[in-house]
Amino acid sequence: MKPQTRRTYVSETVAGLKPSGIRRFFDLASSLDGVVSLGVGEPDFVTSWSIREASILSLEQGYTSYTANAGLFELRQEIAAYLRRKFHVEYRPEAEILVTVGASQAIDLALRAIVNPGDEVIVVEPGFVAYEPLVVLAGGTPVAVHASGADGFQLAPARIEQAITERTKAVIICSPNNPTGTVLRPSELDALARLAERHDFLVIADEIYAELTYEGEYISMAAVSGMRERTILISGFSKGFAMTGWRLGFAAAPEDILQAMLKIHQYAMMCAPTMAQYGALEALRNGEHEVEHMRNSYRRRRNYFVAALNEIGLPCHLPGGAFYAFPSIRHTGLTSEQFAERLLLEEKVAVVPGNVFGASGEGYIRCSYASSLEQLQEAIKRMKRFLARL
Amino acid sequence: MKLSDKELEIIEILEKDARTPIDVLAKMIELPVEETEALVKKLEEANVIVQYTALVDWRKADGHEGVTAMIDVKVTPKRGVGFDEVAERIYRFPEVKSVYLMSGAYDLSVVIEGRSMADVAQFVSEKLSTLDSVISTTTHFILKKYKHDGIIFDQGDQDRRIVVAP
Ligand SMILES: Cc1ncc(COP(=O)(O)O)c(C=O)c1O
Repeated sequence: MKPQTRRTYVSETVAGLKPSGIRRFFDLASSLDGVVSLGVGEPDFVTSWSIREASILSLEQGYTSYTANAGLFELRQEIAAYLRRKFHVEYRPEAEILVTVGASQAIDLALRAIVNPGDEVIVVEPGFVAYEPLVVLAGGTPVAVHASGADGFQLAPARIEQAITERTKAVIICSPNNPTGTVLRPSELDALARLAERHDFLVIADEIYAELTYEGEYISMAAVSGMRERTILISGFSKGFAMTGWRLGFAAAPEDILQAMLKIHQYAMMCAPTMAQYGALEALRNGEHEVEHMRNSYRRRRNYFVAALNEIGLPCHLPGGAFYAFPSIRHTGLTSEQFAERLLLEEKVAVVPGNVFGASGEGYIRCSYASSLEQLQEAIKRMKRFLARL
Repeated sequence: MKLSDKELEIIEILEKDARTPIDVLAKMIELPVEETEALVKKLEEANVIVQYTALVDWRKADGHEGVTAMIDVKVTPKRGVGFDEVAERIYRFPEVKSVYLMSGAYDLSVVIEGRSMADVAQFVSEKLSTLDSVISTTTHFILKKYKHDGIIFDQGDQDRRIVVAP
Protein backbone atom coordinates (compact mmCIF):
# COMPACT_ATOMS: atom_id res chain seq x y z
CA MET A 1 0.00 0.00 0.00
CA LYS A 2 1.28 3.47 -0.83
CA PRO A 3 1.98 5.67 2.19
CA GLN A 4 -0.72 8.26 2.63
CA THR A 5 0.48 11.83 2.46
CA ARG A 6 -0.63 13.41 5.67
CA ARG A 7 -2.16 16.82 5.92
CA THR A 8 -0.33 19.69 7.60
CA TYR A 9 -1.06 19.61 11.28
CA VAL A 10 0.67 22.88 12.19
CA SER A 11 -1.83 25.40 13.51
CA GLU A 12 -2.69 28.39 11.41
CA THR A 13 -1.49 30.69 14.16
CA VAL A 14 1.92 29.11 14.25
CA ALA A 15 2.12 28.78 10.49
CA GLY A 16 1.35 32.48 10.27
CA LEU A 17 4.19 33.56 12.53
CA LYS A 18 7.03 34.97 10.53
CA PRO A 19 10.41 33.34 11.08
CA SER A 20 12.82 35.34 13.18
CA GLY A 21 15.28 37.48 11.25
CA ILE A 22 17.77 36.68 13.99
CA ARG A 23 17.62 33.04 12.99
CA ARG A 24 18.54 33.84 9.39
CA PHE A 25 21.59 35.80 10.47
CA PHE A 26 22.58 33.10 12.86
CA ASP A 27 22.57 30.55 10.05
CA LEU A 28 24.54 32.83 7.77
CA ALA A 29 27.14 33.83 10.37
CA SER A 30 27.56 30.27 11.62
CA SER A 31 28.53 29.13 8.15
CA LEU A 32 31.57 31.42 8.09
CA ASP A 33 34.92 31.24 9.86
CA GLY A 34 36.73 34.10 11.54
CA VAL A 35 33.62 36.14 12.22
CA VAL A 36 33.83 38.98 14.72
CA SER A 37 30.39 38.86 16.23
CA LEU A 38 28.54 41.92 17.43
CA GLY A 39 25.36 39.94 17.06
CA VAL A 40 25.20 38.35 20.47
CA GLY A 41 22.38 39.40 22.78
CA GLU A 42 23.94 38.12 25.94
CA PRO A 43 26.76 38.99 28.33
CA ASP A 44 30.29 37.91 27.48
CA PHE A 45 30.94 37.16 31.13
CA VAL A 46 30.61 33.68 32.52
CA THR A 47 28.32 33.55 35.58
CA SER A 48 30.36 34.47 38.64
CA TRP A 49 31.91 31.56 40.43
CA SER A 50 30.10 31.99 43.75
CA ILE A 51 26.77 31.63 41.97
CA ARG A 52 27.92 28.54 40.12
CA GLU A 53 29.30 27.19 43.37
CA ALA A 54 25.99 27.72 45.19
CA SER A 55 24.18 25.81 42.48
CA ILE A 56 26.72 22.98 42.62
CA LEU A 57 26.31 22.85 46.39
CA SER A 58 22.54 22.54 46.03
CA LEU A 59 23.09 19.53 43.79
CA GLU A 60 25.56 18.01 46.23
CA GLN A 61 23.03 18.42 48.97
CA GLY A 62 20.45 16.68 46.87
CA TYR A 63 18.05 19.54 46.22
CA THR A 64 16.85 17.94 43.03
CA SER A 65 13.08 17.91 43.41
CA TYR A 66 10.35 20.36 42.38
CA THR A 67 10.02 23.58 44.32
CA ALA A 68 6.75 25.35 45.03
CA ASN A 69 5.03 26.30 41.78
CA ALA A 70 5.79 29.97 42.34
CA GLY A 71 9.41 29.20 43.17
CA LEU A 72 11.40 28.70 46.37
CA PHE A 73 9.83 30.88 49.02
CA GLU A 74 13.29 31.97 50.13
CA LEU A 75 14.03 33.15 46.61
CA ARG A 76 10.74 35.04 46.35
CA GLN A 77 11.55 36.76 49.64
CA GLU A 78 14.95 37.67 48.33
CA ILE A 79 13.42 38.99 45.09
CA ALA A 80 10.99 41.10 47.12
CA ALA A 81 13.89 42.52 49.13
CA TYR A 82 15.82 43.19 45.92
CA LEU A 83 12.88 44.99 44.31
CA ARG A 84 12.46 47.11 47.44
CA ARG A 85 16.16 47.91 47.69
CA LYS A 86 16.77 48.65 44.02
CA PHE A 87 13.51 50.00 42.69
CA HIS A 88 11.59 51.05 45.79
CA VAL A 89 8.59 48.89 45.01
CA GLU A 90 6.85 46.60 47.48
CA TYR A 91 5.65 43.13 46.55
CA ARG A 92 4.44 40.34 48.83
CA PRO A 93 6.51 37.22 48.19
CA GLU A 94 3.62 34.91 49.11
CA ALA A 95 1.22 36.23 46.48
CA GLU A 96 2.77 38.77 44.16
CA ILE A 97 6.02 37.26 42.94
CA LEU A 98 6.51 34.36 40.52
CA VAL A 99 9.80 32.71 39.58
CA THR A 100 9.79 31.79 35.90
CA VAL A 101 11.88 30.07 33.26
CA GLY A 102 13.60 33.21 32.04
CA ALA A 103 12.01 36.58 31.52
CA SER A 104 10.82 34.95 28.30
CA GLN A 105 8.33 32.75 30.11
CA ALA A 106 7.24 35.63 32.32
CA ILE A 107 6.32 37.68 29.24
CA ASP A 108 4.41 34.74 27.80
CA LEU A 109 2.53 34.18 31.06
CA ALA A 110 1.71 37.85 31.43
CA LEU A 111 0.16 37.94 27.97
CA ARG A 112 -1.69 34.67 28.29
CA ALA A 113 -3.06 35.71 31.67
CA ILE A 114 -4.62 38.94 30.42
CA VAL A 115 -5.45 38.64 26.74
CA ASN A 116 -8.91 37.70 25.46
CA PRO A 117 -9.25 36.78 21.78
CA GLY A 118 -9.01 39.95 19.76
CA ASP A 119 -7.60 42.11 22.54
CA GLU A 120 -4.99 44.56 21.38
CA VAL A 121 -1.56 44.86 22.92
CA ILE A 122 0.54 47.84 21.96
CA VAL A 123 4.15 46.97 21.31
CA VAL A 124 6.69 49.74 21.18
CA GLU A 125 9.19 49.27 18.36
CA PRO A 126 12.03 48.80 17.77
CA GLY A 127 11.64 46.12 20.40
CA PHE A 128 12.55 42.64 21.51
CA VAL A 129 11.74 40.07 18.82
CA ALA A 130 9.50 37.89 21.01
CA TYR A 131 6.83 40.43 21.97
CA GLU A 132 4.69 40.37 18.84
CA PRO A 133 4.69 36.60 18.31
CA LEU A 134 3.86 36.06 21.97
CA VAL A 135 0.91 38.46 21.71
CA VAL A 136 -0.30 36.51 18.67
CA LEU A 137 0.17 33.16 20.41
CA ALA A 138 -1.87 34.47 23.34
CA GLY A 139 -4.67 35.18 20.90
CA GLY A 140 -4.22 38.93 20.87
CA THR A 141 -3.51 41.47 18.18
CA PRO A 142 -0.20 43.30 18.37
CA VAL A 143 -0.36 46.98 17.52
CA ALA A 144 3.03 48.47 16.72
CA VAL A 145 3.87 52.00 17.78
CA HIS A 146 7.14 53.32 16.48
CA ALA A 147 9.72 55.14 18.53
CA SER A 148 11.83 57.55 16.55
CA GLY A 149 15.57 57.58 16.17
CA ALA A 150 15.50 61.35 16.05
CA ASP A 151 14.37 61.27 19.68
CA GLY A 152 16.86 58.61 20.74
CA PHE A 153 14.04 56.05 20.55
CA GLN A 154 12.13 57.42 23.50
CA LEU A 155 8.49 56.41 23.99
CA ALA A 156 6.16 58.51 21.96
CA PRO A 157 3.17 58.87 24.32
CA ALA A 158 1.27 60.92 21.74
CA ARG A 159 1.58 58.13 19.21
CA ILE A 160 0.67 55.53 21.80
CA GLU A 161 -2.45 57.55 22.56
CA GLN A 162 -3.43 57.49 18.90
CA ALA A 163 -3.09 53.72 18.86
CA ILE A 164 -5.33 53.17 21.87
CA THR A 165 -8.75 51.66 21.20
CA GLU A 166 -11.54 50.09 23.23
CA ARG A 167 -9.71 46.78 22.92
CA THR A 168 -6.32 47.95 24.19
CA LYS A 169 -5.38 45.68 27.05
CA ALA A 170 -1.77 46.50 27.63
CA VAL A 171 1.36 48.24 26.40
CA ILE A 172 4.69 46.43 26.44
CA ILE A 173 7.71 48.59 27.16
CA CYS A 174 11.33 47.71 27.64
CA SER A 175 13.89 49.93 29.37
CA PRO A 176 16.83 49.79 28.87
CA ASN A 177 15.78 48.61 25.46
CA ASN A 178 16.87 45.77 23.25
CA PRO A 179 17.90 46.75 20.51
CA THR A 180 18.32 50.50 21.04
CA GLY A 181 19.84 50.65 24.53
CA THR A 182 17.46 53.51 25.28
CA VAL A 183 16.54 54.15 28.91
CA LEU A 184 13.08 55.70 29.10
CA ARG A 185 12.96 59.15 30.66
CA PRO A 186 10.84 59.68 33.80
CA SER A 187 8.68 62.15 31.87
CA GLU A 188 7.91 59.47 29.28
CA LEU A 189 7.07 56.89 31.93
CA ASP A 190 4.81 59.44 33.62
CA ALA A 191 3.02 60.27 30.41
CA LEU A 192 2.40 56.58 29.76
CA ALA A 193 1.14 56.15 33.33
CA ARG A 194 -1.43 58.90 32.84
CA LEU A 195 -2.59 57.22 29.63
CA ALA A 196 -2.86 53.87 31.41
CA GLU A 197 -5.05 55.40 34.08
CA ARG A 198 -7.20 57.39 31.67
CA HIS A 199 -7.78 54.50 29.27
CA ASP A 200 -7.56 51.71 31.85
CA PHE A 201 -4.87 49.42 30.49
CA LEU A 202 -1.87 47.56 31.91
CA VAL A 203 1.81 48.08 31.27
CA ILE A 204 4.00 45.04 30.86
CA ALA A 205 7.39 46.42 31.82
CA ASP A 206 10.31 44.30 30.67
CA GLU A 207 13.06 45.45 33.01
CA ILE A 208 15.50 42.63 32.33
CA TYR A 209 18.30 45.14 31.61
CA ALA A 210 17.64 47.37 34.62
CA GLU A 211 20.92 46.40 36.28
CA LEU A 212 22.75 47.58 33.19
CA THR A 213 21.78 51.24 33.44
CA TYR A 214 24.79 53.51 33.33
CA GLU A 215 23.65 56.92 34.46
CA GLY A 216 21.46 57.86 37.37
CA GLU A 217 19.08 55.70 39.34
CA TYR A 218 16.89 53.24 37.49
CA ILE A 219 13.19 54.05 37.60
CA SER A 220 10.88 51.08 37.46
CA MET A 221 7.48 51.51 35.80
CA ALA A 222 5.97 49.95 38.92
CA ALA A 223 7.43 52.76 41.02
CA VAL A 224 5.74 55.50 39.00
CA SER A 225 2.83 56.97 40.94
CA GLY A 226 -0.35 54.98 40.49
CA MET A 227 1.36 52.28 38.45
CA ARG A 228 1.98 49.49 40.94
CA GLU A 229 -1.59 48.28 40.40
CA ARG A 230 -1.27 48.51 36.62
CA THR A 231 2.15 47.06 36.01
CA ILE A 232 3.40 43.56 35.38
CA LEU A 233 7.07 43.92 36.20
CA ILE A 234 9.26 41.43 34.41
CA SER A 235 12.89 40.84 35.10
CA GLY A 236 15.39 38.07 35.63
CA PHE A 237 18.95 37.00 35.99
CA SER A 238 20.06 36.55 32.38
CA LYS A 239 21.58 39.92 31.64
CA GLY A 240 22.56 41.69 34.84
CA PHE A 241 23.92 38.56 36.50
CA ALA A 242 25.26 36.95 33.30
CA MET A 243 23.04 33.88 33.73
CA THR A 244 21.40 33.45 30.30
CA GLY A 245 21.81 29.67 30.21
CA TRP A 246 20.24 29.23 33.62
CA ARG A 247 16.81 30.14 32.31
CA LEU A 248 15.62 32.01 35.33
CA GLY A 249 13.46 35.10 35.55
CA PHE A 250 10.61 36.47 37.56
CA ALA A 251 7.45 38.50 37.44
CA ALA A 252 5.97 40.79 40.08
CA ALA A 253 2.39 41.97 39.77
CA PRO A 254 -0.76 42.71 41.75
CA GLU A 255 -2.20 39.55 43.29
CA ASP A 256 -5.10 38.90 40.90
CA ILE A 257 -2.87 39.09 37.84
CA LEU A 258 0.01 37.21 39.36
CA GLN A 259 -2.25 34.41 40.55
CA ALA A 260 -3.64 34.09 37.03
CA MET A 261 -0.09 33.79 35.71
CA LEU A 262 0.68 31.22 38.39
CA LYS A 263 -2.32 29.16 37.32
CA ILE A 264 -0.90 28.81 33.80
CA HIS A 265 2.62 28.30 35.08
CA GLN A 266 1.65 25.42 37.36
CA TYR A 267 0.11 23.51 34.48
CA ALA A 268 2.59 24.43 31.79
CA MET A 269 5.86 24.39 33.73
CA MET A 270 5.31 23.19 37.32
CA CYS A 271 8.22 25.30 38.52
CA ALA A 272 11.50 26.82 37.38
CA PRO A 273 14.60 24.60 37.61
CA THR A 274 15.58 24.04 41.22
CA MET A 275 19.36 24.22 40.87
CA ALA A 276 19.03 27.50 39.00
CA GLN A 277 16.87 28.89 41.79
CA TYR A 278 19.63 28.15 44.30
CA GLY A 279 22.12 29.93 42.10
CA ALA A 280 19.78 32.91 41.86
CA LEU A 281 19.48 33.05 45.62
CA GLU A 282 23.22 33.50 45.88
CA ALA A 283 23.17 36.05 43.06
CA LEU A 284 20.73 38.27 44.96
CA ARG A 285 22.40 37.80 48.33
CA ASN A 286 26.02 38.32 47.36
CA GLY A 287 26.21 39.23 43.71
CA GLU A 288 26.03 43.00 43.84
CA HIS A 289 29.75 43.57 43.65
CA GLU A 290 30.13 41.41 40.55
CA VAL A 291 27.20 43.15 38.88
CA GLU A 292 28.84 46.49 39.49
CA HIS A 293 32.08 45.24 38.03
CA MET A 294 30.31 44.01 34.88
CA ARG A 295 28.30 47.21 34.56
CA ASN A 296 31.47 49.31 34.73
CA SER A 297 33.07 47.15 32.12
CA TYR A 298 30.08 47.49 29.76
CA ARG A 299 29.94 51.24 30.32
CA ARG A 300 33.57 51.71 29.33
CA ARG A 301 33.11 49.54 26.27
CA ARG A 302 29.99 51.49 25.35
CA ASN A 303 31.91 54.74 25.63
CA TYR A 304 34.62 53.44 23.36
CA PHE A 305 32.37 51.72 20.87
CA VAL A 306 29.79 54.46 20.40
CA ALA A 307 32.48 57.13 20.05
CA ALA A 308 34.28 54.96 17.51
CA LEU A 309 31.06 54.33 15.54
CA ASN A 310 30.44 58.04 15.31
CA GLU A 311 34.03 58.61 14.26
CA ILE A 312 33.87 56.14 11.37
CA GLY A 313 30.64 57.72 10.18
CA LEU A 314 27.90 55.60 11.67
CA PRO A 315 25.90 58.12 13.70
CA CYS A 316 24.72 56.62 16.97
CA HIS A 317 22.93 58.07 19.98
CA LEU A 318 24.54 57.31 23.35
CA PRO A 319 22.54 54.38 24.74
CA GLY A 320 21.85 54.69 28.46
CA GLY A 321 21.85 50.98 29.19
CA ALA A 322 21.86 47.33 28.10
CA PHE A 323 24.79 46.43 25.84
CA TYR A 324 23.53 47.45 22.43
CA ALA A 325 24.48 50.30 20.13
CA PHE A 326 21.97 51.09 17.40
CA PRO A 327 23.69 53.24 14.78
CA SER A 328 22.01 54.58 11.68
CA ILE A 329 23.18 53.27 8.33
CA ARG A 330 20.60 55.19 6.31
CA HIS A 331 23.14 57.46 4.57
CA THR A 332 24.77 54.43 2.95
CA GLY A 333 21.71 53.94 0.77
CA LEU A 334 21.55 50.27 1.77
CA THR A 335 18.72 48.65 3.66
CA SER A 336 19.52 47.20 7.09
CA GLU A 337 19.41 43.71 5.62
CA GLN A 338 21.72 44.58 2.75
CA PHE A 339 24.13 46.38 5.02
CA ALA A 340 24.27 43.56 7.56
CA GLU A 341 24.58 40.88 4.93
CA ARG A 342 27.33 42.60 2.97
CA LEU A 343 29.21 43.51 6.16
CA LEU A 344 29.07 39.86 7.17
CA LEU A 345 30.11 38.43 3.83
CA GLU A 346 32.73 41.04 2.93
CA GLU A 347 34.30 41.82 6.29
CA LYS A 348 33.05 39.02 8.51
CA VAL A 349 31.47 41.24 11.11
CA ALA A 350 28.10 40.00 12.34
CA VAL A 351 25.50 42.59 13.33
CA VAL A 352 21.72 42.29 13.38
CA PRO A 353 19.70 44.30 10.86
CA GLY A 354 17.45 46.79 12.65
CA ASN A 355 14.29 45.83 10.79
CA VAL A 356 14.30 42.51 12.65
CA PHE A 357 13.08 44.54 15.64
CA GLY A 358 10.19 46.17 13.80
CA ALA A 359 9.70 48.45 10.85
CA SER A 360 11.06 51.49 12.70
CA GLY A 361 14.39 49.69 13.02
CA GLU A 362 14.88 49.92 9.26
CA GLY A 363 17.91 52.05 8.51
CA TYR A 364 19.71 50.90 11.65
CA ILE A 365 21.80 47.95 12.78
CA ARG A 366 22.11 46.44 16.23
CA CYS A 367 25.66 46.00 17.47
CA SER A 368 26.22 44.28 20.78
CA TYR A 369 29.30 45.56 22.56
CA ALA A 370 29.31 42.62 24.98
CA SER A 371 32.55 41.49 23.39
CA SER A 372 36.17 41.92 24.35
CA LEU A 373 37.75 45.29 23.70
CA GLU A 374 40.09 43.64 21.19
CA GLN A 375 37.12 42.28 19.26
CA LEU A 376 35.41 45.66 19.32
CA GLN A 377 38.53 47.36 17.98
CA GLU A 378 38.82 44.76 15.25
CA ALA A 379 35.15 45.19 14.35
CA ILE A 380 35.55 48.95 14.09
CA LYS A 381 38.59 48.52 11.85
CA ARG A 382 36.66 46.22 9.53
CA MET A 383 33.53 48.38 9.49
CA LYS A 384 35.61 51.42 8.64
CA ARG A 385 37.14 49.58 5.72
CA PHE A 386 33.70 48.44 4.61
CA LEU A 387 32.25 51.96 4.74
CA ALA A 388 35.17 53.36 2.77
CA ARG A 389 34.37 50.92 0.00
CA LEU A 390 30.66 51.63 -0.28
CA MET B 1 47.20 61.03 46.88
CA LYS B 2 43.52 61.52 46.25
CA LEU B 3 42.59 60.14 42.85
CA SER B 4 39.75 61.43 40.71
CA ASP B 5 37.12 59.08 39.26
CA LYS B 6 38.76 59.33 35.85
CA GLU B 7 42.16 58.48 37.30
CA LEU B 8 40.69 55.46 39.07
CA GLU B 9 39.15 54.31 35.80
CA ILE B 10 42.48 54.68 34.02
CA ILE B 11 44.18 52.55 36.65
CA GLU B 12 41.51 49.86 36.46
CA ILE B 13 41.69 49.68 32.69
CA LEU B 14 45.49 49.69 32.49
CA GLU B 15 45.86 47.21 35.31
CA LYS B 16 43.82 44.78 33.28
CA ASP B 17 45.47 45.59 29.97
CA ALA B 18 48.45 47.89 30.02
CA ARG B 19 48.52 47.91 26.25
CA THR B 20 45.14 49.58 25.75
CA PRO B 21 45.83 52.19 23.04
CA ILE B 22 45.61 55.75 24.29
CA ASP B 23 42.83 56.74 21.88
CA VAL B 24 40.76 53.76 22.98
CA LEU B 25 41.44 54.56 26.62
CA ALA B 26 40.43 58.17 26.03
CA LYS B 27 37.12 57.12 24.50
CA MET B 28 36.45 54.67 27.30
CA ILE B 29 36.75 57.34 29.96
CA GLU B 30 35.17 60.06 27.81
CA LEU B 31 38.09 62.50 27.82
CA PRO B 32 40.13 63.99 24.97
CA VAL B 33 43.31 62.09 24.09
CA GLU B 34 45.66 64.84 25.32
CA GLU B 35 43.97 65.02 28.70
CA THR B 36 44.04 61.26 29.04
CA GLU B 37 47.71 61.19 28.15
CA ALA B 38 48.43 63.85 30.74
CA LEU B 39 46.58 61.89 33.42
CA VAL B 40 48.45 58.68 32.62
CA LYS B 41 51.71 60.59 32.75
CA LYS B 42 50.76 62.10 36.08
CA LEU B 43 49.93 58.67 37.51
CA GLU B 44 53.24 57.33 36.27
CA GLU B 45 55.20 60.23 37.70
CA ALA B 46 53.49 59.92 41.06
CA ASN B 47 54.42 56.24 41.02
CA VAL B 48 50.79 55.22 41.36
CA ILE B 49 51.40 53.28 38.18
CA VAL B 50 54.76 51.83 39.09
CA GLN B 51 55.50 49.77 36.02
CA TYR B 52 53.89 47.96 33.11
CA THR B 53 54.75 44.30 33.17
CA ALA B 54 53.92 41.16 31.22
CA LEU B 55 52.57 38.13 33.02
CA VAL B 56 54.40 35.21 31.45
CA ASP B 57 53.53 31.54 31.56
CA TRP B 58 57.11 30.29 31.39
CA ARG B 59 56.05 26.67 31.08
CA LYS B 60 55.09 27.46 27.52
CA ALA B 61 58.62 28.61 26.68
CA ASP B 62 60.44 25.43 25.67
CA GLY B 63 63.91 25.15 27.08
CA HIS B 64 63.26 27.71 29.75
CA GLU B 65 64.42 26.50 33.11
CA GLY B 66 63.51 28.11 36.33
CA VAL B 67 62.14 27.47 39.76
CA THR B 68 60.36 29.67 42.22
CA ALA B 69 60.62 29.23 45.96
CA MET B 70 58.84 30.91 48.81
CA ILE B 71 60.97 31.15 51.89
CA ASP B 72 59.70 31.79 55.39
CA VAL B 73 62.34 33.76 57.22
CA LYS B 74 62.57 34.39 60.96
CA VAL B 75 64.70 37.37 61.91
CA THR B 76 65.69 39.39 64.95
CA PRO B 77 64.42 42.93 64.51
CA LYS B 78 66.98 45.63 65.23
CA ARG B 79 66.37 48.47 67.63
CA GLY B 80 65.35 51.67 65.87
CA VAL B 81 64.95 50.20 62.40
CA GLY B 82 62.79 47.17 63.25
CA PHE B 83 62.48 44.83 60.30
CA ASP B 84 63.13 47.42 57.63
CA GLU B 85 66.89 47.14 57.59
CA VAL B 86 67.06 43.38 57.22
CA ALA B 87 64.21 43.46 54.71
CA GLU B 88 66.15 45.91 52.59
CA ARG B 89 69.30 43.82 52.74
CA ILE B 90 67.25 40.92 51.46
CA TYR B 91 65.23 42.67 48.75
CA ARG B 92 68.34 44.22 47.21
CA PHE B 93 69.44 40.78 45.95
CA PRO B 94 68.43 40.48 42.30
CA GLU B 95 67.27 36.87 42.81
CA VAL B 96 64.61 38.11 45.20
CA LYS B 97 61.29 38.80 43.48
CA SER B 98 59.28 39.92 46.47
CA VAL B 99 59.53 40.42 50.18
CA TYR B 100 56.60 40.78 52.57
CA LEU B 101 56.57 41.40 56.33
CA MET B 102 54.19 38.84 57.77
CA SER B 103 52.27 38.29 60.96
CA GLY B 104 52.28 34.81 62.45
CA ALA B 105 54.80 32.01 62.56
CA TYR B 106 57.59 33.83 60.76
CA ASP B 107 58.54 37.40 59.91
CA LEU B 108 59.45 37.77 56.26
CA SER B 109 58.11 35.96 53.25
CA VAL B 110 60.71 36.00 50.49
CA VAL B 111 60.09 34.86 46.94
CA ILE B 112 63.16 33.73 45.04
CA GLU B 113 63.55 32.82 41.42
CA GLY B 114 66.51 30.76 40.29
CA ARG B 115 67.46 28.63 37.33
CA SER B 116 67.48 25.39 39.32
CA MET B 117 66.78 24.04 42.79
CA ALA B 118 70.51 23.96 43.39
CA ASP B 119 70.66 27.63 42.49
CA VAL B 120 68.01 28.51 45.04
CA ALA B 121 69.56 26.24 47.67
CA GLN B 122 72.86 27.98 47.20
CA PHE B 123 71.29 31.40 47.53
CA VAL B 124 69.52 30.40 50.74
CA SER B 125 72.46 28.76 52.37
CA GLU B 126 75.13 31.22 51.33
CA LYS B 127 73.42 34.57 51.11
CA LEU B 128 70.20 34.51 53.09
CA SER B 129 70.96 32.33 56.10
CA THR B 130 74.26 33.99 56.70
CA LEU B 131 72.77 37.43 57.23
CA ASP B 132 73.28 38.58 60.81
CA SER B 133 69.67 38.97 61.82
CA VAL B 134 68.35 35.84 60.15
CA ILE B 135 67.47 33.17 62.70
CA SER B 136 65.98 30.50 60.44
CA THR B 137 64.64 29.81 56.95
CA THR B 138 62.11 27.32 55.59
CA THR B 139 62.11 26.87 51.83
CA HIS B 140 59.03 25.83 49.82
CA PHE B 141 59.35 25.22 46.10
CA ILE B 142 56.41 26.14 43.89
CA LEU B 143 55.38 23.13 41.84
CA LYS B 144 52.78 24.72 39.60
CA LYS B 145 51.22 28.14 39.22
CA TYR B 146 47.45 28.05 38.84
CA LYS B 147 46.68 31.68 39.49
CA HIS B 148 48.99 34.65 39.82
CA ASP B 149 48.08 38.24 40.68
CA GLY B 150 44.43 37.56 39.99
CA ILE B 151 45.05 35.93 36.63
CA ILE B 152 44.23 32.27 36.17
CA PHE B 153 46.76 30.50 33.96
CA ASP B 154 45.38 28.35 31.18
CA GLN B 155 41.92 29.74 31.62
CA GLY B 156 39.85 28.62 28.68
CA ASP B 157 38.75 32.11 27.67
CA GLN B 158 37.15 31.07 24.42
CA ASP B 159 33.77 32.60 23.71
CA ARG B 160 31.20 29.85 24.07
CA ARG B 161 28.28 31.97 22.95
CA ILE B 162 26.39 31.37 19.75
CA VAL B 163 27.31 33.95 17.09
CA VAL B 164 23.95 35.68 16.73
CA ALA B 165 21.32 35.71 19.48
CA PRO B 166 18.22 37.76 20.29
C1 LIG C 1 14.31 42.69 26.14
C2 LIG C 1 14.49 41.26 26.50
N1 LIG C 1 13.56 40.66 27.24
C3 LIG C 1 13.67 39.37 27.58
C4 LIG C 1 14.72 38.60 27.16
C5 LIG C 1 14.76 37.16 27.55
O1 LIG C 1 15.45 36.97 28.75
P1 LIG C 1 15.55 35.57 29.46
O2 LIG C 1 16.88 34.99 29.12
O3 LIG C 1 15.46 35.90 30.93
O4 LIG C 1 14.42 34.74 29.01
C6 LIG C 1 15.72 39.18 26.39
C7 LIG C 1 16.85 38.38 25.90
O5 LIG C 1 17.49 38.70 24.93
C8 LIG C 1 15.59 40.55 26.05
O6 LIG C 1 16.53 41.15 25.31
